[in-house]
Amino acid sequence: MSHGIPIALGYLSVSFGFGIKAVNAGLSVLTASAISATNLTSAGQAAGVDVIAVGGTLIEMILVQLTINIRYSLMALSLSQKLDRKFSLPHRLFAAYGITDEIFAVCSAQKQKLTPAYMYGMILIAAVGWVTGTALGAAAGQLLPDSISNALGIVLYGMFIAVIVPPARKQFSVLIVVLLSALISVMFRFLLTNVSSGFAVIISAVVASVIGAAFFPVREDSQ
Amino acid sequence: MKVVLYIIVMAVVTYLIRMIPFAFFRRKIKSRFFRSFLYYIPYAVLSAMTIPAIFYSTGNIVTAIVGTVTAFVLSYFNLPLIVVALSATAAAFISGIILL
Repeated sequence: MSHGIPIALGYLSVSFGFGIKAVNAGLSVLTASAISATNLTSAGQAAGVDVIAVGGTLIEMILVQLTINIRYSLMALSLSQKLDRKFSLPHRLFAAYGITDEIFAVCSAQKQKLTPAYMYGMILIAAVGWVTGTALGAAAGQLLPDSISNALGIVLYGMFIAVIVPPARKQFSVLIVVLLSALISVMFRFLLTNVSSGFAVIISAVVASVIGAAFFPVREDSQ
Repeated sequence: MKVVLYIIVMAVVTYLIRMIPFAFFRRKIKSRFFRSFLYYIPYAVLSAMTIPAIFYSTGNIVTAIVGTVTAFVLSYFNLPLIVVALSATAAAFISGIILL
């Protein structure tokens, strides 16, 4: 559960922003909190609120969620390879709810197998942070000074960097894959601007990882 | 009422995306290529999500760069996640105050 604390703190600040956004889009505090409790994802929720705000169709909602959140399938697949034997089907059905970018990042960084208790602890505290932040943001968002809320925008990215840098420093292949992925991502941002950010992340990561797997296959005993 | 329907659709789609591969992929993957791919994917995903988005995360590119450099330096020395994340935030906050 202690591994979930930085995630919860980061979520508190990010979901605060989501709460403000949801209220600005005309949703109530309760609705905003319900979205956070059932979805537990930042980009997908933000895009979902946009669809609701303009009264989009349900088909549009499905496509938007699929596009932005499909990266979770890759993460889920990756995590499925390092689950402890205690992870029975019911446990998998419950824990799947909590596969987010950050929980995935922390779980991937674990050397040992993942147990249900480990994931539940992290998911629980992260979800509490996420929903609390949403409710607070929706209820009182405008009260926080900009200097603080702006600075809080970086907190989760700081955590991502802390996950990426140590292995990239130790392993040349990881460094190459990470740099390649960042480079493609920058290209999408500035050259291929009509690709949604969700798709851009998927394509960048898949291309970089395929190249990594082709040129630097991992040894049989690793992972 | 319509809003409830939207929320249900959002939640179900998002859950299925996570649940199907997580729950029903039980075999150990044999292919060395595919296992290598899955080994690299986490780092690649996080990298693509962070760069270049981190530079726009604080609403000011200078404070974002200060925060980013702080995060890189501290994580290079293997400091814990929470220390890196909060130091990056503090660096962005302080540089924001100095700039103003």
